[in-house]
Amino acid sequence: MPDMGRDYRIIGFLCNWCSYGGADAAGVARFSQPTELRIIRVPCSGRVDPMFVAKALLSGADGVLVSGCHPRDCHYTEGNLYARRRLELLRRFLPIIGIDEGRFEYIWVSASEGSRWRDMVTRFSEKIHALGPIPRMAEAAHTLCVLDGMLGVSSAQPDMWTAGDAGHEPRRDALLHMDDYKEVMDGE
Amino acid sequence: MRIGVMVCHCGNNIAATVDCEAVAAAAREFPDVVFATDHMYACSDPGQKTIEQTIRDLKLDGVVVASCSPRMHEVTFRRAVERAGLNRYMFEMANIREHVAWISLDRKRNTEKATDLVRMAVEKLRYDRPLTAKSFEVQKRVLIVGAGVAGIQAALDCAEGGLDVLLVERKQAIGGVMSKLDKTFPTVDCSVCVLGPKMVDVGQHPRITLHTLSEVEELSGYVGNFEVKIRKKSPFVDWNKCTGCGACLEKCPSRKVPDSFNERISMTTAITIPFPQAIPKRAAIDPTVCRQFTKGKCGVCQKVCPADAIDYTMQDEVVTEKVGAVIVATGIDLFDHTKYGEYGGGRYPDVITSLQYERMLSASGPTAGHIKRPSDGQEPKTVVFISCVGSRDRSVDRPYCSNFCCMYTAKQAILTRDHIPDSRAYVFYMDIRATGKGYEEFVRRAQEEYEVQYIRGRVAQIYPKAGPTNGPGGGQLVVRGADTLMGTQVEIAADLVVLAVGAESSKGAPALAEKLRISYDAYGFFLESHPKLRPVETNTVGVFLAGACQAPKDIPASVAQASAAAGKVLALLSKDKLESDPQIAQVQTIRCIGCGKCERTCPFGAIRMRELRDGSKRAEVVETVCQGCGICSVTCPVRAIQLAHFTDSQLLAEVNALCRTWDETTGS
Repeated sequence: MPDMGRDYRIIGFLCNWCSYGGADAAGVARFSQPTELRIIRVPCSGRVDPMFVAKALLSGADGVLVSGCHPRDCHYTEGNLYARRRLELLRRFLPIIGIDEGRFEYIWVSASEGSRWRDMVTRFSEKIHALGPIPRMAEAAHTLCVLDGMLGVSSAQPDMWTAGDAGHEPRRDALLHMDDYKEVMDGE
Repeated sequence: MRIGVMVCHCGNNIAATVDCEAVAAAAREFPDVVFATDHMYACSDPGQKTIEQTIRDLKLDGVVVASCSPRMHEVTFRRAVERAGLNRYMFEMANIREHVAWISLDRKRNTEKATDLVRMAVEKLRYDRPLTAKSFEVQKRVLIVGAGVAGIQAALDCAEGGLDVLLVERKQAIGGVMSKLDKTFPTVDCSVCVLGPKMVDVGQHPRITLHTLSEVEELSGYVGNFEVKIRKKSPFVDWNKCTGCGACLEKCPSRKVPDSFNERISMTTAITIPFPQAIPKRAAIDPTVCRQFTKGKCGVCQKVCPADAIDYTMQDEVVTEKVGAVIVATGIDLFDHTKYGEYGGGRYPDVITSLQYERMLSASGPTAGHIKRPSDGQEPKTVVFISCVGSRDRSVDRPYCSNFCCMYTAKQAILTRDHIPDSRAYVFYMDIRATGKGYEEFVRRAQEEYEVQYIRGRVAQIYPKAGPTNGPGGGQLVVRGADTLMGTQVEIAADLVVLAVGAESSKGAPALAEKLRISYDAYGFFLESHPKLRPVETNTVGVFLAGACQAPKDIPASVAQASAAAGKVLALLSKDKLESDPQIAQVQTIRCIGCGKCERTCPFGAIRMRELRDGSKRAEVVETVCQGCGICSVTCPVRAIQLAHFTDSQLLAEVNALCRTWDETTGS
């Protein structure tokens, strides 16, 4: 693998049944690949919340790759179709919050497609290198707070879900709201 | 929280390109990590003992093992932490072998990446909570899809093991490809004589319910409690009354129907019993060719039937059954050789497929075992066999080897010389793959004892020979090809050309895979869970594979896999109760606003809306139905429904773990 210079920060969300297996298959076949991608295993691409991607990019990731089963081959029948709809919207939305849409991609790789996985990772890593490091946004911290609010996660209560929060008020305001985005946009 | 980390060397697999000690040293600095070490083989007995001992000695709350893929050893290590008294979900794996050590030789970067992955696992573990599995009752019944030799063997094994078996077959009779064969290699045993008794056993076994002319329409549920909808196509004959006497076949006036059992080399009637040994031996009408259906009048079979079994108004029937496990044994179809223009593309009647030839060799076939060329019924004196037609050929998108063609070609060449002693047989081959028991000796016998001429090379073209079109020596085809061992071109005037067509996945295999939620490869063969260690399991728990639907295989291999699958099912259903996977969606009722979006998006109908006393609604997860995909978590507008073990907090913890390190390394 040619040295691609500075290391970039790339996060992959891979579904357990197809793409994670495909990445395993690529490893078993000793297909040499760029090392920058860090993989997070999820049960299904339908589990990938667009907010995870946005959050990663705003937190300094140079690129995010989501990979699931091919359409019609989903372990959960239709999870990847939900993913496709959500992630396509996200891709078009990214430029609005000032992120190059090229930094995010969603692809389909099956468990038997080790070589396809190698090609995809290599291509995506090269693309991120061509795009360069993600610009630091001054308002990112603010946007992140808004996103955290939406996700119901805050540093004060990092684990609102599993820690059990009897006295915690349900966050009805956590609904996606145009005002949230307006706030972000105005900030910029 | 007290976390322990073990970094595995995996012999040299990981340690060669990752500095495992450095990773362990770095891990000691991570929050909540009280212990980190490296080990030669974490999965070995001493490795697991070390994990257990450390948990006990240091009173750990959770363990991270950095080693191979969790698809490989997650279960192993979960058991180990459980033995030491921890909940098995207080464990995380960092995949530093397949995703790190094996994809790059850059030791520095690999070590950094491995450290990052361990950091992610530690961060996720900090948000892990103990989860408890619930147990549920299982149905002690098995559904077997496909009744070829693999399905038959699996059905008999399961039934003998005490399970009720539902055997579903698309065709009218069971037996599959093997029932069409004349002889089997390498013993030249009579195929239907071997298979016939097994077919009879299936028909008579009290525990086996046979559904022929039937297809799986839908499979829902989960391991132990599947619900299957089977569409039973109407045979237009009441099979409870039909005795299989065959009177209708004799009188049916539609006599020009290509016989699919005989590979379309002969004609049959619109109402048929496919072959003499058919199980069930019942007649069925093909409505696409029957005059009663196409022209609206005939009714001959109804008049002649002594049992009054014919019913033209009979409708398809859909039956719903509950089963605990599924074995898929849908077998193969054959490659369509008309894609090869150089072999005539189907224009020459005397270029036939190996299975057509097999029907011709069979004593119960259309020619009663006499070899006749289709064009004029003459006995061929020169027969040319061409191997690898639709196998090992990228130009037709069939790069794989079909496994059994070399052997059946040798068998058919031997049978040709047997049936017509003054004939000559030629085989064009690429390589001979005769790896089974007694196979190589069998090919040798064909070459030496039966004097079959093996020519190593491909055939470039088949074309009609100039001259008379009939009579002895007339109507021949010229087979022109290369002899790569002699370095020459060869031309053979052949009376009959037999194409050793390769195997391809059964028609409709991808559609069935989607119904069963199993995976398939680029060619439609079903994907096993692990190519070496889980060859009969699929990624869907409770669904198993048998026979050539997984990859082309010959009869002994299909039978072996069928028995293996049956063994797996028997072991699975030997328990009265199974444990459910607790990695499922959970609703935080206080947060839920009752919008019902999760109910609409759930692919399994695992979410119900429950009405509270004040009339408002809240979502509720049916625990045994939820499969743990997490689609609902993303759908919920207020994050009230979360997938246990993959919550927003846990996944974001992984994201944050990475982003934080980057902030540190870039100094910003």
